[in-house]
Amino acid sequence: MAVSTAPDGTPLWRRRTPRGDLLVWLGWLCGVALAVACFQFISDRTIWMFVWDAPQQGADLVGRMFPPRWEYAHQLWKPLWDTVNMATLGTALAVVIGVPLAFLAAHNTTPSVVLVRPVALIVIVASRSINSLIWALVLVIILGPGELAGILAIALRSIGFIAKLLYEAIEEIDPTQVEALTATGASGAQVLTWGIVPQVMPAFAGITVFRWDINIREATVLGLVGAGGIGMQLEASINTLAWPQVTVIFALILATVLVSEWVSARVRHHII
Amino acid sequence: MTPDARPLLALRGLTKRYPTGDLALDGVDLEVPPGQVMALIGPSGAGKSTLIRCVNRLVEPSAGEVRLDGEDLTRLGRGALRRARRRMGMIFQEYALVERLSVMENVLSGRLGYTGFWAAWFRRFPRRDVVEAFRLLDRVGLAHMADKRADALSGGQRQRVGIVRALMQDPALLLVDEPTASLDPKTSRQIMRLLVELCEERGLAAIVNIHDVALAQEFARRIVGLRQGRIVFDGPAETLDAAALTRIYGEEDWSRTIRRAEAAEEEELA
Repeated sequence: MAVSTAPDGTPLWRRRTPRGDLLVWLGWLCGVALAVACFQFISDRTIWMFVWDAPQQGADLVGRMFPPRWEYAHQLWKPLWDTVNMATLGTALAVVIGVPLAFLAAHNTTPSVVLVRPVALIVIVASRSINSLIWALVLVIILGPGELAGILAIALRSIGFIAKLLYEAIEEIDPTQVEALTATGASGAQVLTWGIVPQVMPAFAGITVFRWDINIREATVLGLVGAGGIGMQLEASINTLAWPQVTVIFALILATVLVSEWVSARVRHHII
Repeated sequence: MTPDARPLLALRGLTKRYPTGDLALDGVDLEVPPGQVMALIGPSGAGKSTLIRCVNRLVEPSAGEVRLDGEDLTRLGRGALRRARRRMGMIFQEYALVERLSVMENVLSGRLGYTGFWAAWFRRFPRRDVVEAFRLLDRVGLAHMADKRADALSGGQRQRVGIVRALMQDPALLLVDEPTASLDPKTSRQIMRLLVELCEERGLAAIVNIHDVALAQEFARRIVGLRQGRIVFDGPAETLDAAALTRIYGEEDWSRTIRRAEAAEEEELA
């Protein structure tokens, strides 16, 4: 804010000082220059010849994908069921581990801010920093291909997600409700279950169905690396250039995700 | 107040210094005999809230003694402190009900200190607790609300539930923090009247933090004035005059405040 005096003596107000204005414009200039430089960099590493004929290539691929081979769907029900189960069991496992972890990580419920909380936070960050697909790659090597690797991959990624969002919700509760129960002479465990759990219940339900919804989508690709589910059929179909089958798989995945979105929206609406 | 009555609550040199360096309480000495309803008045930041929170150790005192029936609460370990807290019911400005639990659950939460973890988890409270809960809800006119969720209630109704929760503890002392600050004037008077009646019925002592001087004068026999962590006035409600208010709050034209309280008194006599 800059206040100065006009020649006639009335106060003048500007949002910034002239110096501040100049700095803001300089900042925009730097931003634009950076964007141009980046585009130059990307352009140098692109074979534009392949890009120019992208429309033909795309049209060609779509042409090969139609008409879809709908009979193939009969072979997909089982993998699709596996996919949904992987997502659901993975989410359940993540809840079992993530919920206690959240209480250990939240500032107001952790047994020790110095010792326990940092460990819990590191576990959460470690879990969140690695994508399910990479967890699956590693687990397929350790456990062999199949649904178990997929379930664990989903769980490992989801633990951090659920624990992080839940511990943030725990830290935002109304402390006077907790104070009131403490004042009755309730024990620490009673204060937790009577004062804190009811307050974070809506957040917990929302987080869990949201993650389940994400996990259904993630589970559809885990098969690409051998971790079970419909992704395995997708990989096989692409490798054999069976494009009409790929179309059927895409359609089924789209339908499944739509259903899971609808379910999670209903659950969230019902609880909040 | 009989002079030889042993105090229910006795504070000796109670001091609280917050980690920020603020001295909220500066050597407070205070005695509350059994069955006495006492109003604690003072400007914002005088330490009223800190004082009642130091009594049940929601805030840890820095120095001094808090004796309840002769037992020094500041020395108690966790288990003993929990047992001592059962004898002190607390009532809050913003009601502090667990919003997503039912009225009945909120009322029964007053018994948590007497109930085991799993019994409380499965909501299996002893029959006599449930009977008492219904009786008290009926006493404050909320029996029909038992199954409602706490956040469905109005402010006055919530404060009644808060009072019932505190009474469920079967306390000897009530710690009441600004019970009417979030309520309209009519509901404020109803809540104060209810509090005082219930204290008389059960022979309960109470420390009531309150902003409204007229309300304090009307409902409490004894008034204690706190300023910057020290007691600067302690006497019967009738003796609270302009000079005393100046000592508590600072220089101001108090004639209207006093007159309002006196007018209310005359009205009642007439």
